[in-house]
Amino acid sequence: MAQTLSDLRNPQPIRKRKKALPFPLNVWQSAIGRKWVMALTGIGLLGFVIAHMIGNFHVLEGPAELHEYAEALRGLGGGIIPRLWLLWVLRLGLIAMFGLHIAAAYTTKEISRKASDGANFMDGQKSYPGGRDYVAANYASRTMRWTGPIILLYLIFHLADLTWGLLPHTDYIKGDPYNNLSNSLGNLPVAIIYIVANIALAIHIFHGTWSLFQSLGLNNPKYNSARKGLAAGLAAVILLGNLTFPILAQVGVIDNDKNECAQFTEEALNTECFEELLSHGGE
Amino acid sequence: MSENNINITLDVWRQNGPNDKGRFETYEAKEISTDSSFLEMLDVVNERLIDDEKVPITFESDCREGICGTCSLMINGQAHGPNKGQATCQLHMRTFSNGDHITIEPFRAKSFPIIKDLAVSRAAMDKIQHAGGYITVSTGSAPDANLTPVPKEASDMAFDAAACIGCGACVAACPNSAAQLFTSAKVQHLNLLPQGQSERWQRVEAMVDTMEDYFGTCTNHGECYEACPKEISLDFIAFMNRDYVKAKIKNRKLAGQN
Repeated sequence: MAQTLSDLRNPQPIRKRKKALPFPLNVWQSAIGRKWVMALTGIGLLGFVIAHMIGNFHVLEGPAELHEYAEALRGLGGGIIPRLWLLWVLRLGLIAMFGLHIAAAYTTKEISRKASDGANFMDGQKSYPGGRDYVAANYASRTMRWTGPIILLYLIFHLADLTWGLLPHTDYIKGDPYNNLSNSLGNLPVAIIYIVANIALAIHIFHGTWSLFQSLGLNNPKYNSARKGLAAGLAAVILLGNLTFPILAQVGVIDNDKNECAQFTEEALNTECFEELLSHGGE
Repeated sequence: MSENNINITLDVWRQNGPNDKGRFETYEAKEISTDSSFLEMLDVVNERLIDDEKVPITFESDCREGICGTCSLMINGQAHGPNKGQATCQLHMRTFSNGDHITIEPFRAKSFPIIKDLAVSRAAMDKIQHAGGYITVSTGSAPDANLTPVPKEASDMAFDAAACIGCGACVAACPNSAAQLFTSAKVQHLNLLPQGQSERWQRVEAMVDTMEDYFGTCTNHGECYEACPKEISLDFIAFMNRDYVKAKIKNRKLAGQN
């Protein structure tokens, strides 16, 4: 676009300001508000990742115990709320958080792209033709726009693999998570996908955890020095925790040979078998 | 003090006007005193260009002591050069060594249109200031000194924010071309002081909304802080983010501002 002298004194806005909406929606209209949304949904998703990881440690106890844990999730709020309802509420909440997180990330990225246009824009970030010397921006912060989509693709793969049973390598049996998990992760290429994706997740969490404090304005000189350490610690714990599953499946600690109920292919039969095993264990 | 002279090679961005494509041109700068500042080095290069009947390089400067915020320049890919807490005018040639290759570019962002060569228009930052970078006081005779008590911590912090010279290095260094550091310094400078309280929430809303008309979004890289010649802290960005959403909640009907 041709610049005139008056453009130099009166630069054109990069985006049109829209009419302000009523309260909670006007937060979304600004980029800072979207960063709040990104941070708050990030906290929610972080909570999910941690709970998911801790819950999955039941796999180390054995097939029947993992099945019991899966049943407990389905029966959340048992006796008060019908089976699966509370689980679906949590799932819908997760989907909403993912949607908002991605929408906030994409739209703020677009604003930044418009603000950098003409400044030689490359690889999703502006660059200087003469070269750019980053001082503070680290690998994690510059790759958020790559680790994010990697995690999304991995999430779809993970759901297709272990929730929907769409992939052939699992010998998927509905209602037998131990069978599905051990068959899937016992496969070397699949284990490698899980390991790579979890490294991406840890990198994403490292920058995200530090960054959310800034986005939310949680800044106190007393605690600021702890924020980077907390982010690194959290990313390390989540990385180590999540990597135990593919690694243990590869070395044979998680092995479907230990699963006595895997010969059944119907959910009801499997459940019966597991319940029998558990009741014997209790005696 | 013994004076050393060095020979350096400059790759300078030349652009005839806002609509020109622009290109790098290479200049040999021989016998440059290490005691000269970076801008004085450019002055010498320009004098020699004029002697050769060539067009001198356009660059901006004013006070040349790091307080006006006029000088800019991306030097070897870093805003205001490699040293921390220095404007280009405070950067001396002793930072470089003989035979160095130095790349000089203007500050780049969509809202920083290039006027000529290394001079860019930073008028968009003025728009942010106009939106709320002021307080309302009655004019007339000067008020008594210390009439309004200010806690020491608040005055220190406001002073740190007020140190911002509005040079635009934060925008140039930011991979997203965001002006968060500049805006937050200007917002918090007044929001931290009692004199700024009555317009606190309108100020942060107006200035942030104007900022978002022209600049990108913050991804917390921290490049702006590294580039800032006044070392404005990233903490101000967090305070601004907090104040902005608070303002959105409070200002709904402008009732009970505090």
